[in-house]
Amino acid sequence: MNAWTDTSLIVALLAVLMTLGSSRIALCIRLVAVQGIALSLLPVTTSDTFNSHVWLLAVGTLLVKGILLPWFLHKTRRQADVPREVEPYIGFGASLLVGTAMLTASFWGASVLPLPHHQPPTTLALPISFFCVFSGLFLVASRRKALMQVLGYLVLENGIYIFGIVLVKDQPLLVEMGVLLDLVVGVFVMGIAIFHISREFEHIDADRLNLLNDAVGRDGAA
Amino acid sequence: MIVPLIVLPLSAGVLAFALPHAGLRRGLLILTSAGHTILVASCFAVAPEPLLSGWLGLDAPGLLFLALASLLFLAASVYGLAYLPREDQRAGHKSERVFVGCLLLFLSSMTLATTSQHMGLLWISIEATTLSSAPLIYFHRERRSLEATWKYLLICSVGIALALMGTFFLAVAVTDGKTVPLVVKDLIEAGGMMHTAWMKAAFCFLLVGYGTKMGLAPLHTWLPDAHSESPSPVSALLSGALLNCAFLGILRGLQICHGAGLEQFARELLLLFGIFSMGIAAVFLLRPVDFKRMLAYSSVEHMGILAVGVGLGAAGTSAALLHAVNHSLAKGMLFLVAGNIVAVYNTKSVDSVRGLLRRIPASGFLWVSGFLAITGCPPFGTFLSEFSILRAAADQGLGFIVAAYLVLLGLAFVGMANAFLHMAQGNSKSSLPGKERYLELLPPAVLGSGVLLLGFYIPPHLTSLLETASRALGGAP
Repeated sequence: MNAWTDTSLIVALLAVLMTLGSSRIALCIRLVAVQGIALSLLPVTTSDTFNSHVWLLAVGTLLVKGILLPWFLHKTRRQADVPREVEPYIGFGASLLVGTAMLTASFWGASVLPLPHHQPPTTLALPISFFCVFSGLFLVASRRKALMQVLGYLVLENGIYIFGIVLVKDQPLLVEMGVLLDLVVGVFVMGIAIFHISREFEHIDADRLNLLNDAVGRDGAA
Repeated sequence: MIVPLIVLPLSAGVLAFALPHAGLRRGLLILTSAGHTILVASCFAVAPEPLLSGWLGLDAPGLLFLALASLLFLAASVYGLAYLPREDQRAGHKSERVFVGCLLLFLSSMTLATTSQHMGLLWISIEATTLSSAPLIYFHRERRSLEATWKYLLICSVGIALALMGTFFLAVAVTDGKTVPLVVKDLIEAGGMMHTAWMKAAFCFLLVGYGTKMGLAPLHTWLPDAHSESPSPVSALLSGALLNCAFLGILRGLQICHGAGLEQFARELLLLFGIFSMGIAAVFLLRPVDFKRMLAYSSVEHMGILAVGVGLGAAGTSAALLHAVNHSLAKGMLFLVAGNIVAVYNTKSVDSVRGLLRRIPASGFLWVSGFLAITGCPPFGTFLSEFSILRAAADQGLGFIVAAYLVLLGLAFVGMANAFLHMAQGNSKSSLPGKERYLELLPPAVLGSGVLLLGFYIPPHLTSLLETASRALGGAP
């Protein structure tokens, strides 16, 4: 099954790279959905036994990361009437450049932090997991639209998910399901917040959320 | 005993969403919080059995923070009995239904956080506290509170995601052919075979992740917004109860480091973050503009003090835990009084508030006492705990820490003294006496008397709890 594991990891990697370089929010949501579908194969391909635990996790991941959250984000995008462009602080070319730098750093980091006790099913898992985490953080920090920041958060979560599924053996089902549940509720609450932001501010640019600061005399005479 | 503690507020929270009548919801809120406090009190008498093969259990640090959360929640609900009707006209019933429901779910998730012994479960519960408290911040349905809610949600979720990475790193650090469950006790026992590099990485991620939620600088940027824009009873809970829960996450990491013999590494990091947080907070406390923001920055300062205390080893740890108690009580009191001030003056600006002692004398008195309590002036318990931390640093000959600690406390004192006294003295623009309700004075007065009492007398129950807790954090099983 190693070939399948590697394939889905590489699909996830390419989806992140494309997310870094694409200018349409709708496309970015689809890419994150593709990533979620690819990741939902991992529980099955990395496991030696096929018990209910593995299937539950795979189906849960597919439903949540592949279908439910992308559908919800599309719906939020339409309802909040979000413009189609991503509007980054850092341009797409530069983002891709940063992406390749992060990819190199991830492979280097994975080579200096060898897994201590057991041989992982594939050597790609650790660097790609790191890469998704870095890219997620980068997307959160470098994109102006609140919706894109949520996508960045999802990419970050996916990176952690890869690490958890491939490299940490025998996690309890309760924890994995709890993490998924938190993710669902979290994205839903963020989606509702985006909807309110678009109604209150007539935009969803997180950088224009700047009423709160420590400037002296801001509303001194209120 | 642990199951009812979690299920009681959980079911009451779900019920609150269904209840049609505001009076019923408020009754449910106060009954649930009283019931929760009684259950927690009974845990002091009879230690509850661990459940789910040790995943849930109430050890001394957990019990300490659970008791604080329960007490503050009770105070906030009593205060809410007067606060909610007043806000009713502004926000409307629909908003209040979400508010009461989420408040109770928030209590349930904090209870789960303090009783989790499994690092994965702990992570889930701390993320759940973020999600259940985010709607509370947005209670007023204004732009400012929306902005604060967004920052809180995004920064805390991203931060806590890193703590999940840290939790997985822990799992990698102990995997040695056979699987060790991620239960704190088992991880401490497995300390001998921990892989050092991965364990260090795990602690760094846990510290950054839970540190974001705890408000340690430089990851505190959401905190002044969220704590100042939320309704005052919620601010009291966020500062007094929730920050402690995140602190508990870091303390669990510290316990595991002890088992692996890495406590020196962990403590140095905590000292660094602690002093840095105190420094950042002191800068922003020098000239406060908004008095609820000032209280929020003071929370950053006190979280820094807690981190420094724990970073100083055994002597500092018990002092830091005592300080956590003092800080929770004093900060809870101050945020509730701040709510009274906002209700009368209708502003959060320091400059626009004058003559508290004349216009609302009881709240004004509590405000000034709260100032003395939070800055660690002698009759109050905070003085004792801050001084013990200082002594722990001095005993170890850490000159730089002693100097920085004193200077930063001094700066915070000067800045806050200006603001507090400016507000308390002078003449109010409006000479109308403000209306003060007993229900809005009683909870802060009780919390304040608690801090005062701790300055003179520490009950033996508390002393033994603090000792057991600091021994547990010192690596004892």
